[in-house]
Amino acid sequence: MKVATKAKGLIEVDERQKITFPHGLLGFETLKDYVLFDAESQPYYWLQSLDSEQVAFIIINPFLFRPDFEANIDNEELKAIGIADPGKALIFSIVTIPPSGPMTANLQGPLVINRDSRQGLQVILTDQRWKTKHDIMAELQTANAGARK
Amino acid sequence: MLILSRKINEKIMIGDDISISIIEIRGDQVRLGVDAPKKVKVFRQEVFDAIKAENKAAAESAIVIPELDFGVKREPL
Repeated sequence: MKVATKAKGLIEVDERQKITFPHGLLGFETLKDYVLFDAESQPYYWLQSLDSEQVAFIIINPFLFRPDFEANIDNEELKAIGIADPGKALIFSIVTIPPSGPMTANLQGPLVINRDSRQGLQVILTDQRWKTKHDIMAELQTANAGARK
Repeated sequence: MLILSRKINEKIMIGDDISISIIEIRGDQVRLGVDAPKKVKVFRQEVFDAIKAENKAAAESAIVIPELDFGVKREPL
């Protein structure tokens, strides 16, 4: 199917790239249907709204720059999008690239996607370690320094 | 909105299984105890607002992503 995207204009995507968020994202509750596709640069993806061309999010696997990240999500919440086995859940964090200042990732409100049913939800973590703005470059450097030790 | 007044150690019940007790009152701060089933999510309003604001900021991000070396290839979904 053809999709109008914010980042790449009109592109062709597979039906299997469609992800539905039954409750939308916080602040974007009316937008439920998205497509997930590779961004120009790895390891990012675009999560593009199907209902509004101008609404698109850059997302990333948070474990890449925070190997110690933990998402403690209630099993009932996971069941709402059909995840019985937490190992099947894909976890992403939404990236913000501000006009000035560092690129950050939101670890407090990660996205959880059921790989099989392609349904997702945004959860809110209660662990005080995870904030809405984590400096990706700084934390990546910390992670790399730790890995070299 | 229901407005009511409570003293220290008094509670209000919401439905059958949620109770909120007034634990401490000090100046303009009130410490509350929330007793609710695990499936009921209880958050400070600010947490919701912060995530909403962050989603809005993220949606207004530049579309050009800075290059960073993650030392990994994108894993297939």
